[in-house]
This record gives sequence, structure tokens and C-alpha cells, in this order.
Amino acid sequence: MDLMQILELIIPAAIFSAAPLIFTALGGVFSERSGVVNIGLEGLMLMGAFTGAVFTVFGEQWGFGAASPWFSFIVAIIVGALFSLLHAVASISFRADQVVSGVALNFLAAGLAVFLVKKIFDAGQTPIIAERIDKSNVPFLSDIPIIGPLFFSHAYYTSYIAIALAFVVWYVIYKTPFGLRLRSVGEHPMAADTMGINVIKMRYIAVMLSGAFAGLGGAVYATSISGSFSHSTITGQGFMALAAMIFGKWHPLGALGAALFFGLAQSLSITGQQIPLLKDIPEVYLLIAPYVLTILALAGLVGRADAPKAIGQPYEKGKGR
Amino acid sequence: MEVLKNKFSGFMIPLVSVILGLLAGAIIMLFSGYDPILAYTALFNGIFSNTYVMGETIRQFTPLILSGLAVAFAFRTGLFNIGVEGQLLVGWLASVYVGLQFDGLTPFLHIPLAILAAAAAGALWGVVPGFLKAKYHVHEVITTIMMNYIALHVVNAIIRSYLLAPGERTETIHQSASLASAYLQSITDFSRLHYGFLVAIIGAIIMWFLLWKTTLGYELRAVGFNTNASQYAGINVSRNIVLSMVISGAFAGVAGSMEGLGTYGYMSILSAFTGIGFDGIAVSLLGANSAIGVVLAAALFGGLKIGALNMQSVAQVPTQLIEIVIALIIFFVASSYLIRWFSNRLNKRGKI
Repeated sequence: MDLMQILELIIPAAIFSAAPLIFTALGGVFSERSGVVNIGLEGLMLMGAFTGAVFTVFGEQWGFGAASPWFSFIVAIIVGALFSLLHAVASISFRADQVVSGVALNFLAAGLAVFLVKKIFDAGQTPIIAERIDKSNVPFLSDIPIIGPLFFSHAYYTSYIAIALAFVVWYVIYKTPFGLRLRSVGEHPMAADTMGINVIKMRYIAVMLSGAFAGLGGAVYATSISGSFSHSTITGQGFMALAAMIFGKWHPLGALGAALFFGLAQSLSITGQQIPLLKDIPEVYLLIAPYVLTILALAGLVGRADAPKAIGQPYEKGKGR
Repeated sequence: MEVLKNKFSGFMIPLVSVILGLLAGAIIMLFSGYDPILAYTALFNGIFSNTYVMGETIRQFTPLILSGLAVAFAFRTGLFNIGVEGQLLVGWLASVYVGLQFDGLTPFLHIPLAILAAAAAGALWGVVPGFLKAKYHVHEVITTIMMNYIALHVVNAIIRSYLLAPGERTETIHQSASLASAYLQSITDFSRLHYGFLVAIIGAIIMWFLLWKTTLGYELRAVGFNTNASQYAGINVSRNIVLSMVISGAFAGVAGSMEGLGTYGYMSILSAFTGIGFDGIAVSLLGANSAIGVVLAAALFGGLKIGALNMQSVAQVPTQLIEIVIALIIFFVASSYLIRWFSNRLNKRGKI
């Protein structure tokens, strides 16, 4: 097996596994940049995966055909944004501990999604969906030698949307007035308030954006990777996305890079058995690599990562910070 | 007045939250076409109707007490230990490993040894986030989440490589290390009740004693109240942060040994987390981080989980309803600001 074949095996698989992580991690960037910790990404992603699977099945029944998963994405974005409102209300308006509220959100999502699946389908999981996201070659780009087959062939549209979206989010957060306000609210909410920025409103928008993104991430996972939803569909992908966001230093492009790297680690643990050099490395090292790297990154061994200054603190008008 | 207020928030908020949570559960059942009265009656019977379910309830909440204590202990020092789940897994494995060794040892030595091994393993898993927090100011929430996944994969790999028996699990531990008891099983109609509940009660007493009757506990609580003031008063904050995570991890490890030495007597290769560690967060929040509160909250959640089984078979309500109720209870406790606000308004109205 030559190098090219190995790369053709690993890289598309990495991009494929990374897509849901990218969406969710980008959502996390919005929320945490505004100063709201979002441990609830896992639960939001879970609701997204549930919605994605359920509404793709419904879409198929309603005759949407190949558009079914795309229809489910829209529903998942809405459901994710609405579900994240719970976290926003508890942690922004009622000043609940943001981590606690996020944990509660995860519990609630896990219970609610499986409860609803049992109610709707009378079974522990949704039917397997027929219309998955298509693989396709990107026109022109896939004809480029070497790069073409590696990055632009037999890939999922959703992966490209994820990568493109990372640049859009970067532009929004760093180059628009909205982004500046979002960041200022997360760094020094009182100063932002003095400048006439509505801190509470900004944080609500940011948390709902994180819900929308995580919902989309979950739906992409359900329609491209798992193909159905059950209690074991989302087991830690949301936390992995959280890790990617931190490893990427709360920066959209950093989160993109980290998510791609984690996707690579995941794809290696699956495809590793077919690759000569990697066959001898026990699977467990590849499985724990993303988590170990995140810890090292946080400890400052892989470049220092600083969280937004006001993260985790509820904002009360007239109370200093 | 101040005392009354404290009593109010200490006792009323959990109580109101539980009632609101169950009410919300009833509303969800109404909307999804189930009979809430039938369901809650079945839930109640599923906890108290016979000795078997009562034995199972106690078995269910035994590890919950310990995982709740683990979370609560770290909370007292201002640390949020989400890593109880991982610490519990390594504790479970360590207890089973010791239980598999030392054939012929007397139970009076073998059981404590296995439990101590579990505590040590959990403590070891707690050291890492504690040290990183103390030394590099890395937020413990993220490191403990990461450590959970590392624990899950490492524990599975160790079982697969070194301890594998037919059925994707380890061998069963020696009788001398087992907490299972023929006597307890016979008086509870052959439930899986084991002596672990005594360990959990002892654990609660140890936590109370450590926190409230020792200098160490005073320092730990001081750090939890105000890091800067403690530092100024000459308390070694870093040392206390590490110690808090170590002790918290030890409680979590012992929670794992309840499964390893009591309920199962072995450890399986796990495809997902047990959930006991995460439930410990709910338990400690509802129990207001006090030893007695944790025991009561664990009993409540353990009972709800066992009762949910009967609720499903009698009223066809999926057991997940109870997970929803528990999540809502946490939301209500966490948003206690809301409950306080309402009660203040009510009080004011009463005065006028």
C-alpha cells in the first residue's frame, strides 16, 4: 500500500468525521465568546441528532425524497435554538451556575429525545433513514492531481459547508460590529453595557446561535454518520466539540483545525487496522489522543489558551463585573 | 431573620424544586397521552410495595450517595468535579482487580483492601485535574470531562488486554472480597442488595467529619468561600485544591467499588458511561452539598429510578420520563433565584 492510497483512506474519512464537530464547535465559539459557558453542547447536539433522524424519516414519508435530510437540518437548527433557550433563561436571566445549567440541559436532552422516540416510533430507536447525505466530487477541483482525489472526491456536501461556515463565523466574529459587540460582552460586560450594548440580549443571541449550530451538527451526524437515532447515537461528540473549541483557543478557525485533527484521530482509530505502520499501535492511544491533547493544550504545553475574561459570570446591571 | 432565610433556602428550595419537577413530569405525561395519576401511583408502588423493590432501591442509591459525596466535597472547595464518572470507572476496575487477587484472604482484610484500592485509583484520577488547576489554573470542568473519556477507553483497553473473560467482562471476584450477602438477599426476596450501603453511610459520616471537625476541612471550606482571603490568611490554596480533588476522587472510586464488589462482582467492557457519576452532580446539587442532604437526595433519585421500571410496565410511560424530571429538578435548584424571587413577592404581599 503506497502513501497515496493511505492518504486517500485517511483524509476523506477525517473530513467526514469532523463535520459534525466543526458545526458544534463553532456554536460553542459564539456562546463562550459572549461569556456563557456551554457544557450543554452535548445535549444540544443530541437534540439535533434526534430531530435530524426523525424529520428525515418524516420527510421521506411526506415525499421530500433526497431533500429530506436538508429539510431535517432546518428543523434541527430551529429545535436547537429553541432548546438552548432553556440554558439561556436559566444562566442569563436567573443567574444559575452556567456549568450546572449546561449539565441539566444534557440530562434533559438525553431523557427527552429517547422519551419522544419511544412515544413516536414505539421503539428504542428511529427507523434507519433511507435518504442520506450524498457523496460527490467537487466540480473542477476534484480534477487537480494529488489534492483533488484527497480533498475533493467522494466527499459529503455537509463537510464543505462546515469548513466554509468556519470562515463565515470568523468573519462575523472578527470583522463585523456584531462580532465586536459579542466579544466585548464576553470580555468586559460592564464596559460593553456602558457603551450602550445590551449585554443580556447579546448573550441570548449567542447562546441561541450555539444551539442552532449544535443542532445542525447533531443532525449532520445523524444523517451522514449514524443513519438513525437511539440513546447511544450521541455519546460524547458534544464534549469532543467543546474540547475542539478550547483546543482551538476560542477562535473559529482554531476550532476548525482542532475539529479536523480530532476527526483525523477518530478516522485513524477506525481505518488504522488497514494501515501498515499504525496497525501496531494499540487502538486505545488513538482513542484517547484528542482528550490528552486538549489537557496538554490547556496546561499551556501546546501554546497557551486563554478563555474570554468574563466567562462563567452572570451579568447584573450595576454590580461591577 | 437571616437564620430563617438560610433555613428557607436550605430546605425549601430542594423541596419546591422536587415538587415542581414532578408537576412538570405530570404535565408532560398529560400532553403525551399518559395518565399521570396512574403513572405516579405505579412509581410509588415500584419503590415501596414489597421488600424486593425496596432492596433494589437501596442497592441503586448506594453508589449514588458516594458519587454525590464526591461532587459535593469538591463543591465545598469551590471545584466542580464532573470527572466523578471517570474516577468511578478506574475505582471499579481497581476494586475488581484486587478482588481477583489474594485468594483465601479473610473478608475482613480483603474487602477493605479492595475498597482502599478503589479509593486510591479514584484519587489518582482526581490528582491530574487538581494539580493542573493548582499549578496552571486550568479549569477543572474541562480537564475532568477529558479525564472521563480517557478513563473509559483506558479501562476498556486494560480489561481487553489483561483481564478478559468470556462475555466481554472480567472474571468474577473471589467470595472473600464480595459485599454481596445471602442474608440481605433472603430478607429482600432476592434483590441484589449488598453491604455496600453501610460503606456509603460511613462515607457520608467521614465527609461530614472531615469538613466540619478537622482543620483540613476548615481550610478546604475557606478556600471554597474565598480564595484570596484564604491565601492572605496563610492557607496553602494550591495544596488544598489538589487535596480536595484527591478526596473527591477517592469517594468516586469507592462508588465504583460498590458496583465492582457489590452489585456485579465483576466489570464489563463498557460502551458508554454508567451515568452514576453524572447523577452524582444532580444528587449533590439537590442535597445542597451537605452529607445528610446527599444521602436524602440519593435516596430520592435512586427510588425514582427503580420506581420508573414499574411505572413503565404498569402505565407504559417510558423510564426516560424520570430522567426528564431529574433534569428539570436540577434546573429549578440551579435557578433558585427564581424561587426566591417568587417567595419574596409572596412574603411582601402577605405583609401588605
